Formats: sequence, structure tokens, C-alpha cells
Amino acid sequence: MTVHNDELYQQVILEHNKRPKNFLKLDSWTHSAEGYNPLCGDHLNVYLRVSPQGVIEEVSFEGDGCAISKASGSMMTVALKGKTVDQARALFNEFHRLLTKELDPEKDQNILGKLNVFSGIWKYPSRVKCAVLAWRTMKGALDQEKTVATE
Amino acid sequence: MALNIECVRKDFPNLSARGRDDKPLIYFDNAATTFKPCQVISQTHNHYCHRTANIHRGVHYLSEVATAEYESARDKVRRFINAKSLSEIIFTKGATESLNLLAQSYGRHFLKPGDEILLSMMEHHANIVPWQMIRDITGCVIKVIPINDKGEIILEEYRRLLSDRTKIVSVVHVSNSLGSVNPVAGMIRDAHAFGAVFVLDSAQGISHEPIDVQSLDVDFCVFSGHKLFGPTGVGVLYGKEDLLELMPPYQGGGDMILSVTFDKTIYNRLPHKFEAGTPNVAGVIGFGTAIDYVNSLGWSDITEYKKELVRYGTGLLQKVEGIRLIGTAANKAPIFSFVLDGIHAHDVGTLIDREGVAIRTGHHCTQPVMKFFGLAATSRASLTFYNTKEELDIFVAALRKVIGVFQ
Ligand SMILES: Cc1ncc(COP(=O)(O)O)c(C=O)c1O
Repeated sequence: MTVHNDELYQQVILEHNKRPKNFLKLDSWTHSAEGYNPLCGDHLNVYLRVSPQGVIEEVSFEGDGCAISKASGSMMTVALKGKTVDQARALFNEFHRLLTKELDPEKDQNILGKLNVFSGIWKYPSRVKCAVLAWRTMKGALDQEKTVATE
Repeated sequence: MALNIECVRKDFPNLSARGRDDKPLIYFDNAATTFKPCQVISQTHNHYCHRTANIHRGVHYLSEVATAEYESARDKVRRFINAKSLSEIIFTKGATESLNLLAQSYGRHFLKPGDEILLSMMEHHANIVPWQMIRDITGCVIKVIPINDKGEIILEEYRRLLSDRTKIVSVVHVSNSLGSVNPVAGMIRDAHAFGAVFVLDSAQGISHEPIDVQSLDVDFCVFSGHKLFGPTGVGVLYGKEDLLELMPPYQGGGDMILSVTFDKTIYNRLPHKFEAGTPNVAGVIGFGTAIDYVNSLGWSDITEYKKELVRYGTGLLQKVEGIRLIGTAANKAPIFSFVLDGIHAHDVGTLIDREGVAIRTGHHCTQPVMKFFGLAATSRASLTFYNTKEELDIFVAALRKVIGVFQ
């Protein structure tokens, strides 16, 4: 299959799908939430251990999902570790703007770094929910929501 | 005479549409909705261009023409399923509305606490949720008819569940997620032995094999026009006349009444009692044309050809490494549900779409049966008579490419 640059299934994503980072349940956490996508039945849990100073010391996820939601979750945990809660929220907002095409990585300065590979999702609007699931769940955990649905 | 598929394909303009990235389209999502032949499209077009009028309400010419065409479509449906009388054919907006009508009118009126409704494990949500809503109002009980791991109803279990408490059995004719063709004729006889009424969800069955409601002796049968090559927004509820007579109206409004005062309303006769308000006139007329179209091809050729597609498709898919076919009933429609080792259905759906192949991925509105198979989602290729073996070849080659991406 030819791989285009706007391709959603880039090597980074396939790698994270195959060997997701931080794909486990933490021994102890301060925040957690359960997220699901009613459309496809995808389902995951996100765990965060946040220090009293508001720094994300550990973050992990586990569950069932497609390559996109798994890779997105994996890359999210990598991106968030060591960040403050405020930085995590900012990253969430920016990632969300990327998925909804409000932010164009070709033109707009942004803090997303590797997460920009998800701009390939623009061609597949029905898959945006897969990419956002872990992030919405993470934000839900920070906001003390117990369950989050992407609808 | 066998179907001339090349000729048939020319009747369906949508088959020449392009898929993602301008790839030639292979449309394998016929269980979701079917394409419409140009005969149906031009009939609907013609209605809007030259014959627009409301029905049953005018003495003017166009209204009389539209009424006649609408009622003629009802007769086409009647003959298509061999119903006894026109009173037994009620137009709705789809199979879903037909089932809700039944639950709200028949169910709400006749069910008592402790009465039982039997549904099979492989029902569509449209044949589960309306009954749950009625259960919560009436205090009746829903019991589930088990299936085996091929996706076949276990008839001994079904018979064991039947009792004098069973008031309604509502079962899918052809499963949209497994392709199983259920042995409904015998199931109907079994239900009747206990005095239960039998509801047949033929949303998929209607395009799969001929249905004769009289020889089946089925009490109610529901289907949608858009899955039988007709327009969206049209469906049918067939019901035996004596049962429909006993049922209270489902919705109130124009057309379903004979006279209205603020004290009292007299309801219209069947079938109009259940058709409140302006119906989908153009859609119903187009649906009549879709039925003409299917009749013109002839059932025996259609069923022969579909059997061939089932055989050929199953053979090809079984050879794909790491595939698990979900739904391997002995009697099957050309609906192939499957999962691939380590690859999520949504990834299959998106990647195969890049090759121009349209399939459905997810739970197909049948979450209980997905759970039965221990799955959240499957990929599903659903074919009909305009699909070909060549398309199946391309589809399976594309599937192998998808597997390649994940290696
Ligand atoms: C078996 C079955 N029942 C009911 C329905 C509901 O049909 P509709 O959405 O046209 O009302 C469907 C359609 O997906 C179906 O496949």
C-alpha cells in the first residue's frame, strides 16, 4: 500500500499501536476516568498521578481500541509525563484544534511536536473520535468526571 | 435464465460513483442501505416534477393521480408478500418505526405484568429497545432465545422458552450482522402452538428471499424500502387484519380519522388508522417501482446468484490468514462479518476504504450478539445481486494489503 504524507497510518502510529507506551494500570493514581466511544465500542481507562505541585508524575492508559485510539493514547502519555496540569490542558486544547482542523501544522506555530502526525485524520472525519478518546478521558480525569463518552 | 449482471449493474448509476481518492467504488454495504435503480430514481423525480400533490385530500386532478399511485404501491407491496388484503399493509417511515408502532400499540395494549416477549440473541437494536420501553410500562418480561457459535438459533432452547406466558415472539428473519437466515416458518408454528403472536423483522430478509405472509402464517412483518432498492424514509408494517383491528392507533392526526369533534373522534378504517399525517408520498411511489424492479429480475435467479456469492466469498475469506468469520450458519445471506487477528475493525474499514471498498465496521446495532461473540466490533461486507465475484477478488486482495500494513 502506498504511503502518502497525509497518510493517517504512518509508521509512528503503527509503532505506537504495536508497542504502546505506558499501557498499564498505575499502582496508585490521583485521577482516573473511563472513556468510551459508543460508535465503535472502544473503551479505555486513563490514570494520572499528579503531585501536590500540580505536576503529572505518571500517566498511563489501558483498554481496547483501534490503532488510532491506541497510538493516540500512547503518544499522549509520552507527551504529558512531567508536564503541569495547566500545560496538559493547553496541549489538549491544541490537539483538539488540530483534529478539528482549526490548527494547520503547515502554517500555524504550535506546541504539538510529534502529535502533528494526527493531522492525517482530516481525510477521515469519522475517525476523529478515535484520536480524541484518550485525550477526552484524560481531561475528564482532571475534571473529576468518572466516565467520558465521545459523542 | 441466469441474471445478466452487467445489464443489471447499468441500472444502478451509483455503482459508477468513485470511492476515496477517486478509486473505482466497490460497494459492500448493502445491509446498511442499497443503491436505487434508475427506474426508482426517475419515478421519484417524475413525481416531484410533474405529479406533486397531497393524497386522500383533493378532488383536483393531481391529487387523484398521486392518491392512485400511492395506493397502487400498497397493492404492489401486498402482492410482493402475498398479503390477503390492502388493509394489512401500513406504510411507515421504516422498519424501526414499524416495530415501535407494534410495541406502542399492540404491546402497550395487550401485555400484562408477567407476560413474556421472546427475542433472539441476534436482534437489531430496533427489535430490542422498543420492547424494553414497553416492558418498563407494562411489567412484562423479555427473554432471550440463545444461539450457537455459528450464529444459528438453538431451536430446542427456543421451544423450551415457549410457554403459556409467551405473548410475543419477535425475531429477525435474516441477521444484519451475521447473515444467518433463520428457520422462521417452523418457529412461527411453534409460537402459535402456545398462542403467541409472531413478529418477523424482515429488514434484511425482504431483499434476500421471497416472503409469503400467508403461507408463513406470520402475524406481523416489518421491513424498510431503502434496503430493497427503494427510497429512504419508507417502511412497511404488515399485520393480520383481525389483529390490526384490535389495536389502538399509534399516532393521531389527519388522515387517520373519519370525524373529529372536541368530544369524540372516530378513527378511520385500516390501513389509514395507522397512517396519521402526510406520508412520504414520493417515497412510497418510488418503493412501488423498486418492487416492480425486483419482480422483473425474478426471485429464483436472485437467490441462485446470491448462493453463489455466499459460496465464493466464504471460500475466499477462509483462506485469509488470521481471519475469523463471525456468523457461519448453514443457511446464510451474502453478509460476511469477520475479525482479523490484532487489527481493529475500524482500522480495517478505513484502510480498505482507501482501496475504494466500502464496508461497515462496528457493532452493526447488534451489541448483544457482539458481546456473545466476545467482540466490540466486526468488519462486515454485505453484498447483493449487483455485486460480483470479481469485486470479491479485489476486496480480498485489499484485505491482504490491510494486513500487510500491520506486519
Ligand atoms: C435486521 C434489521 N432490523 C431493523 C433495522 C432497522 O431498519 P431501519 O433503520 O431502516 O428502520 C435494520 C437496519 O439496519 C436491520 O438490519
